[in-house]
Amino acid sequence: MEHISFPPLSRVAICGGTHGNEMSGVYMVREMQQKPKADQVGSVSITTVLSNPRAVDACRRYIDKDLNRCFTDDLLSAPVTDSTPYELRRAQELNAQLGPKGSQEAVDVVCDLHNTTANMGLCFIFYSLDWITMHIYKYIKSRITSAPVRAIQLDIPMSEAYSLESVGKHGCAIEVGPQPGGVVRADIFNLVKEAVDLTIEWLQGFNSGSTFEGGEVEVYNMVKSVDYPRDPTTNEITAAIHPELQDNDFKLLHPGDPMFLKFSGEAVKHEGEELYPFFVNECAYYEKKIACHLGKKFNITIPSVSVKKD
Amino acid sequence: MSCATQRVLRTVTDLSGPAGTLPMSSYNNSARFNEARRVAIFGGTHGNEMSGVTLVNLWVKNSAEIQRKRVETKPFITNPKAVEKCTRYVDTDLNRAFSPENLSAPEGDDLPYEVQRAQEINRIFGPKGSPEAYDVIFDLHNTTSNMGCTLILESSKDHFNLQMMNYIKKAIAPASCLVLLNEHPLLKYSTSRSIAKHPVGLEVGPQPQGVLRSNIFEAMRVILKHALDFIELFNEGMEFPPCTVEVFWVSERIDYPRDANGNIIAMVHPNLQDCDWEPLNPGDPMFQTFDGKTIHYQGPGTVYPTFINEAAYYEKQQAFVITRRETLVASAIRKA
Repeated sequence: MEHISFPPLSRVAICGGTHGNEMSGVYMVREMQQKPKADQVGSVSITTVLSNPRAVDACRRYIDKDLNRCFTDDLLSAPVTDSTPYELRRAQELNAQLGPKGSQEAVDVVCDLHNTTANMGLCFIFYSLDWITMHIYKYIKSRITSAPVRAIQLDIPMSEAYSLESVGKHGCAIEVGPQPGGVVRADIFNLVKEAVDLTIEWLQGFNSGSTFEGGEVEVYNMVKSVDYPRDPTTNEITAAIHPELQDNDFKLLHPGDPMFLKFSGEAVKHEGEELYPFFVNECAYYEKKIACHLGKKFNITIPSVSVKKD
Repeated sequence: MSCATQRVLRTVTDLSGPAGTLPMSSYNNSARFNEARRVAIFGGTHGNEMSGVTLVNLWVKNSAEIQRKRVETKPFITNPKAVEKCTRYVDTDLNRAFSPENLSAPEGDDLPYEVQRAQEINRIFGPKGSPEAYDVIFDLHNTTSNMGCTLILESSKDHFNLQMMNYIKKAIAPASCLVLLNEHPLLKYSTSRSIAKHPVGLEVGPQPQGVLRSNIFEAMRVILKHALDFIELFNEGMEFPPCTVEVFWVSERIDYPRDANGNIIAMVHPNLQDCDWEPLNPGDPMFQTFDGKTIHYQGPGTVYPTFINEAAYYEKQQAFVITRRETLVASAIRKA
């Protein structure tokens, strides 16, 4: 089996409130900040970040613009003027604090905590093939039994990567649902806490010299997004996610399976190849014209990893 | 078979006679109400509660589904700015804005948007407390709490509403629709529906804000269908015999444990989460701190919590409300 060594991963950032109404991350960061000596756990120094404090105060996803779309190379280097939206400014501040993105000074791991209204359980979201974050996923998947643990890979080159975790040398978003915006559910919070604790545990194990065996991991990718049926003149939606699809994220959708139920009573069916739906009926995606994403499931072979010994 | 039962059956049979036949009242104590000629259906009182927004928009475009004989039913978006922004409110909660002070305040652009709206709505559908006020207003809401279908009653003495709620509950059985009564002098609030002679709140959950769930939408639609059927039958002269209605009577509001800065320090306990309407006994888990400790309910007896973990109530200092179960008796009713 292939084996890869990495330098120690001693600096990790745990971020919450990137979307101000996704409460698990907000309370997780707050909780961690209140614990004494929580910023150094063994070999790992932890920075906790409340990414979008103004949106958190207002309990809204964002003030001017979705912060988690502001981290492309272009946006991070754009000049700031008086009219620059709040979140673009904040992204540059976060890039200075945790990055700069793509540089040697960037923190080793950025772990960004999110919630979704979709029934996705615990989902890792990362770019391309990052062995470190995939090992963290593999480790957490083998230890969390109270909810399904899955991974979604977005195949986007780093320069175009638009979300916060792309600032770190390694990064992932941890997306947990279902939870309504503005609500903290104890079961979901406990799941997020467990995932953060296991992430730090893995990093300590890694830094102390453990070898983590590779192997096959199951990952979903994104093939396309599907919008709601809309009225051609008013653009208003004319259907809701069908009851048979609602809450059935990651259940294979076959051609002919119902996807939407129109207010007039007819079902709209899925056409085309068999695909896995996720982010089904995510609140924040109505304005992005996304009812759900559809993707394929595949296995990736990851190498075993350990820390580089000098 | 008792004489009373025989009279009830005879009344029902009488109604199957020629149109326009009014049966003699079988009940000495039948409460009389005017025909409910003007009915309104409010959606978007909270702009991010999507079932009501969607239903009202649908019916504004095509009202066929809500037409009934002898009644004019007006679908109406109460808070259009909040709907446009998909937010609960713009300046202040519209569903708390219909106080006598607000409604009688001098008009002005400097008033909060929702107070201006309340005054406008009071002009169209009120004035509140006057004979010109609408007969019935249904106000459509969603909640993030696991409340299922809930009808909200504002007065234990509104026999018309009690009979309507009894009718709806029987019509949708075995599916359930519970009745929440908020008559508590301190906890009661000035709702948009309170403009009407017979205000009816319809709260369906769980649904996240900003999300439209098909099952929740269709459930609300069915309840309104039965509600309008009841009004049509009533207006045609049907007499509704006395009945009992089980209600959950609001008695107390419970806040989250908070620190000195007002931040919450615990969450609704997993054992209580989603358990709306189920008995909460002294000693049962109620909250869980962020580091895992349990806080137990210490009240004197068993209570029935609801509105458990409603998103909009964090800022209103409410984790859930406590209710007690009561059975109300509704007198027979018929139109005057």
